[in-house]
Amino acid sequence: MLFAGQVGAAQLLNASYDVARGFYKDLNPAFIADWKKHGGADLSIDQSHGGSSKQARSVIDGLEADVVTMNNPLDIDAIAKAGLLPADWQKRLPNNSSPSWSAILFIVRKGNPKGIKDWDDLVKSGVQVIVPNPKTSGNGRYSYLAAWQYARSKTGGSDDTAIAFEKKLFGNVPVLDTGGRGATTTFAQRGIGDVLLTFENEVGLIRDEFGADKFEIVVPSLTVRADNPIALVDKVAAKKGTTPIAQAYLQFHYTKAAQEIFAKNGLRPIDAAVLKAHAADFPALNLFDVEQAFGGWSKAQADHFADGGSFDKIIANAHP
Amino acid sequence: MTDISATAPLDPARLPFEPLMQRNAVISEAPWVRRTLIGVAILFLAGFLLLPLLSVFAAALGKGLGAYFASFNSADTQSAIRLTLIAAGIAVPANLVFGLCAAWAITKFEFRGKQFLITLIDLPFSVSPVVAGLIYILIFGAQGWAGPWFSAHDIKVVFAVPGIVLATIFVTFPFIARELIPLMQELGTDDEQAALSLGASGWQTFWHVTLPNVKWGLLYGVLLCNARAMGEFGAVSVVSGHIRGLTNTMPLHIEILYNDYQFVPAFAVASLLALLALVTLAAKSVLEWRFADQLAATRRH
Amino acid sequence: MSSIAAPADAARRAPKRAIPGFGPTLGFTVFYLSVLVLIPLAGVFFRASGLGLEGLWNVLTGPRVLNALSLSFGAAFIAALINAVFGGVVAWVFVRYEFPGKRLLDAVIDLPFALPTAVAGIALTALYAPNGWIGELLTPLGIKVAYTRLGIIVALTFIGLPFVVRTVEPVLREVERDLEEAAATLGAMRWHTITRVILPAVLPALVTGFALSFARGVGEYGSVIFIAGNFPNVTEIAPLLITIKLDEYDYRGATAIAAAMLVISFVLLLVINLLQAWARRRA
Repeated sequence: MLFAGQVGAAQLLNASYDVARGFYKDLNPAFIADWKKHGGADLSIDQSHGGSSKQARSVIDGLEADVVTMNNPLDIDAIAKAGLLPADWQKRLPNNSSPSWSAILFIVRKGNPKGIKDWDDLVKSGVQVIVPNPKTSGNGRYSYLAAWQYARSKTGGSDDTAIAFEKKLFGNVPVLDTGGRGATTTFAQRGIGDVLLTFENEVGLIRDEFGADKFEIVVPSLTVRADNPIALVDKVAAKKGTTPIAQAYLQFHYTKAAQEIFAKNGLRPIDAAVLKAHAADFPALNLFDVEQAFGGWSKAQADHFADGGSFDKIIANAHP
Repeated sequence: MTDISATAPLDPARLPFEPLMQRNAVISEAPWVRRTLIGVAILFLAGFLLLPLLSVFAAALGKGLGAYFASFNSADTQSAIRLTLIAAGIAVPANLVFGLCAAWAITKFEFRGKQFLITLIDLPFSVSPVVAGLIYILIFGAQGWAGPWFSAHDIKVVFAVPGIVLATIFVTFPFIARELIPLMQELGTDDEQAALSLGASGWQTFWHVTLPNVKWGLLYGVLLCNARAMGEFGAVSVVSGHIRGLTNTMPLHIEILYNDYQFVPAFAVASLLALLALVTLAAKSVLEWRFADQLAATRRH
Repeated sequence: MSSIAAPADAARRAPKRAIPGFGPTLGFTVFYLSVLVLIPLAGVFFRASGLGLEGLWNVLTGPRVLNALSLSFGAAFIAALINAVFGGVVAWVFVRYEFPGKRLLDAVIDLPFALPTAVAGIALTALYAPNGWIGELLTPLGIKVAYTRLGIIVALTFIGLPFVVRTVEPVLREVERDLEEAAATLGAMRWHTITRVILPAVLPALVTGFALSFARGVGEYGSVIFIAGNFPNVTEIAPLLITIKLDEYDYRGATAIAAAMLVISFVLLLVINLLQAWARRRA
């Protein structure tokens, strides 16, 4: 097993974000079956999961992933900057290379004892909010941006009121986990906090694992669309000679079968028909898009999450 | 031999070090002091060591023995166990050879900068595990010094087994040397001198004189080194790449299971490592107990 | 864990170079050490030096970095202090008294060496969280452990405990009973015997154990991140900040913090070893 992969069947490595594990457990066998049915050679797909940025960093440092599947485009941009794939990678596949998306929702304890209905309720005194660190998790980044956008799009809202809003919000955060899964464990397993901010696709799993009757979902009046982009890592695939398989694998994400698998795992498919078929699982949302609202991801990163950005200032005196 | 102390009648055979306490109460403390101290020690150890250990087993067995054993059926779990054994199987012997060499050079000879060398040997032990992993990325990573060369020759170091072995060697680096050096310092060089003057070769002297003298200390060092090698998390996490079934060690696999909300399997794998720790420590205790006289004799040589 | 000390008397008495193997063993030691430890560690300084002195200074004196460093060093210091006191008591009790369950307790002392730090962190968090076995008892008293600085100290105490116990135990065993007896027969009170005879003999080992526990705690990561709240400026430790910097693709900033920690650790260890050498010579 030491050097498995050097012999025999082709082997793909998919470096993916933390919470996509369940989805790829279903998708990979489906793709392999489809690939073989169309006359493809034997194939196995390895998965590596971790925080989005950590995964991108590993690929940059030499983790030989043929494809990357992330929960925000920023980390794939970083890989592009290192020269492993072209800068215009988003143009290579439909819908800006994002075959699925999700959104940030609230999870509260049964009966919603604190009466949390919308963002405004999160900043009330006495409410404890669990959200992972925006610097280390995509989940945290989306939650932070959604709060910002909500605050400034209210009447009389501006970037200044958004800062004040975020200060109050993070003042209510008792624990800042480094990843989304850690935050869920803190909320569900340790019993800390009144509300958890997380991706819609996590909700189903949380109910399965911790008890469906223990939690309720709250859909806020405005939330963020979180696209899940995918990309071929050209240099690695070329070196390994796996480019055609890797491309087929990525394209498979857009097939009806794969879109169904997305829906089953709580991820919103981009195929309108599939989404409609699962409408019961996906409530209607009032959404905004990071690219439009914040002038692109790299600008959002530089303004908010980089060293000395607005998040650092907000957190500087938000003693929990 | 009258038993003066009113507390706990004692079996002298089990107490290689304590015969005096029985005979002379004047150098011991009042019973209430003794009881208080014992109580404090037990409470402290219970809160910090025993309860965490128990909670691992409680969580692992929370859904019954069936669920516990079913946890080990997964192919990913088994490959994680295999990889951990491989990494420890390489790292421990490597550090064993190093520990013997370092101890021999440091304790049998005088040279300048010895204290400095000892400190350098200790260094890995105080380096943050995160940094311990990072240093190998900085060298062997695709953006590192040697990375492009290794990549051109199609040798994978980081995000593959060699990187995991390197990180494991790093974090367990001082364990055996640290155990041997003070022991061999205490033993001195008289035995070796005698053997050499009787015509034994250097190798024979080492094999028949030095090694038997230090074997228990050496074994203890190996056991600790092995336990730490199998349990290392932070450093290995940085260089692993987390590819399921290929580059996940047991501690990394525990984290993955835990993050998948598979608590029983996570703690079941953790309980294996805890068991390993307990077996290690039991082995150590048995050794100390069975060979207490011998140990004491060598230590006081 | 036993301690390393300066050349023992026996070695000094021996005629130099009478024993073979100096060249090869020292050669191999230095080679192995260089390839696996020194050269890789040099990489950290090389990468950090890309920042220049001023850049380095700016990174290290930023409030968040300063807070993280002082938290890591401060919490490790307090944990080491707790270990020195309670670890000392534990070692004393193990060496001098007999009680039921002693062997079992003695066997679990080394547990923190062997248990993966992440598992230790998860187990401690589960225990000390408000709904955990111990947390449940402490919450009514208004004591919060998990997700506070107190939690970090708990984790570091766990990690560092064996160092104190295992360093002090052998020394305590060696303290001459005769000396104590002599003191006692000369009419010294028990308390005086302890403070004047036993404590001075054990103190170097106690300090060493303290320093080892401290050095280990400063760099600890796996067990802490689960139980700390990881809140910037409050419960964010330096090793976590290193990983956060890395996730921002800021290798230089990360290596700058790492280099600072390395230098401090090295100085610390050097002090420990000199201390032990001094203790050895006194003994």
